[in-house]
Amino acid sequence: MSLLEIKNLTTSFSTEQGSVQAVRGISLAVDQGEIVGIVGESGSGKSQSMYSVMGLLSENGRVEEGSILFDGKEISPKYFDGNEKAYEKYMESIRGNTLSMIFQDPMSFLNPVLTIEKQLVEPLKNHRKIPAAELHQRAVELLTQVGIPSPEERLKQYPHQLSGGMRQRVIIAIALACTPKMIIADEPTTALDVTIQAKIIELIKELKEKTGSGVILITHDLGVVASACSRIYIMYGGKIVETGLADEIFYSPQHPYTQGLLACVNNPESDNELQPIPGSPPDLISPPAGCPFVDRCSQAMKICKQYMPREKRLSETHGVSCWLTEKGGI
Amino acid sequence: MLRYTLKRLAVGVLTLAALATITFFLMKIIPGSPFGGELAQLSPEVREMLYAQYNLDKSIPEQFFIYIRNAITGDFGESMTRKGTAVATIISRCLPATMKLGFAAFVTAIVVGVLLGVIAAFTKQRWVENLVMFFATIGVSVPSFLYAIMLMIVFGVVLGWLPIIGLKTPLHYIMPAFSLALYPISMITRLVRSSMKEVMKQDYIVLAKSKGTPTGRIILGHALKNCLIPVVTYAGPLLAFLITGSFVIENLFSIPGIGSEFVNSVTNRDYTMIMALTILFGSFIIVVNILTDMLVAFIDPRVKLDKKSA
Repeated sequence: MSLLEIKNLTTSFSTEQGSVQAVRGISLAVDQGEIVGIVGESGSGKSQSMYSVMGLLSENGRVEEGSILFDGKEISPKYFDGNEKAYEKYMESIRGNTLSMIFQDPMSFLNPVLTIEKQLVEPLKNHRKIPAAELHQRAVELLTQVGIPSPEERLKQYPHQLSGGMRQRVIIAIALACTPKMIIADEPTTALDVTIQAKIIELIKELKEKTGSGVILITHDLGVVASACSRIYIMYGGKIVETGLADEIFYSPQHPYTQGLLACVNNPESDNELQPIPGSPPDLISPPAGCPFVDRCSQAMKICKQYMPREKRLSETHGVSCWLTEKGGI
Repeated sequence: MLRYTLKRLAVGVLTLAALATITFFLMKIIPGSPFGGELAQLSPEVREMLYAQYNLDKSIPEQFFIYIRNAITGDFGESMTRKGTAVATIISRCLPATMKLGFAAFVTAIVVGVLLGVIAAFTKQRWVENLVMFFATIGVSVPSFLYAIMLMIVFGVVLGWLPIIGLKTPLHYIMPAFSLALYPISMITRLVRSSMKEVMKQDYIVLAKSKGTPTGRIILGHALKNCLIPVVTYAGPLLAFLITGSFVIENLFSIPGIGSEFVNSVTNRDYTMIMALTILFGSFIIVVNILTDMLVAFIDPRVKLDKKSA
């Protein structure tokens, strides 16, 4: 059994303009000791699907449907019989404990008025009974583990006294505090310099090796995925359009969107010019009945507009939702 | 920190000097004299004698320099309308009552305001929030003398629970302190509510939730400190304002306080009284502002008071 198994997850947000269907029935699975990438552009629903798992959706967000099986227990709010308190209570007991999240923006995710130490030991205080003296020792170890020099000094400081890369490391250290079984990393490198990006990815890989945690890496950067993930899910318009081993996605992409994404990656070895995908993502207030990519797809057919293609399995690991493959290719 | 405090105090002294100068000359521009009204019937000889006694026969710049010279040595002169009583004596007699009352009102305003603000921000019951905000709106828009009188009628006269006049026992403080506090309570409630709602939307609250921290501890441990920063900046000047008294409230409850002294001194052209009270209130405001800035720096580590020591 997988560590995390999501089936048919649907999440929507009520806004003044109408209900935004951010996540539209996605299914995915992550095993222990595996790094899985979720790739997609802004607004594809990749972050919100994971916020749904964590139970951290903003007030107007709601999980409408689907099952989230984590560590053998159903944690979709749907399965708590509308008992919000029971759901919150259970989520509080696993958040930061067995299931933790690394956030995107190191500038805004740390509390400006609390010291690093206070923020770092909080998950331990919440979930482990550790005497105060040891708590400090643990905090020092955690900062050392994520590669922050002179941790004793750093612990006493406030977020604004640290650089962006350093803050991102603190955020990672917070997520690791209780050695979780599962880590969800939401664009952990987006806000950082390229040189630091590589270091952070290395760090996450290292820590996964050490703890055997399962990791979901959300990103819009295929370069990051290529260097870290064994399997990849490609998301577009709230749906997973293609999934496969990293090699399958990079060497035989099937979905026109995946192909488009790869054409956007700068490859220094080829002379090909970068090919941007024309158009913009679909409006998720009234999402298209058919394939979400239809308006930007150069190979779109009549059927693409009317019906959503089912996922077709090309191999045990490689699946794609596209009418082109459904019909046996072009 | 010490450097900063000294610098601010030095600036404060300059501000006070400017305040004293401007007030002195403005006060002299207002027509009338302390010896108007009934005293106007005095014979010219007596009047001249009085003028000479208070240096009013000299030119205005001359009067100013004499005043400043005396003030620096701590001599603020005698009241011009209450002959033979030093200004300092009047102030030391009236100030304690006003300060005690103002302080009671200040504490009430902070405690009740923050509490109501937090309740309004977090209640799941829409009507509770609406009710709190309804009273907060009334509190800022209705003048204090109106609800002071209503309180007196209800609790003092009809129910007879609370004494109306003076400040003899702690019970006496309840109505005037509450009347003084109602406006700031409403302001702080609104401030805390909007600031709390804003803070709870911040990313660092999401991160705190992701650690499994329960909501109650998130509010107290993560949100409150952030949301108090605007409250502190409002509360500082409020304290200065409250401990210098209120003419209306002191008159309504017959409290012999400094607030009514100040207004009376202006209507009576009691020059020495006006000057002494202006300088006193000015120094309160300056000191409170320095303390406020220090408190903000204490709460918010991003605020640097002394650039050199950082």
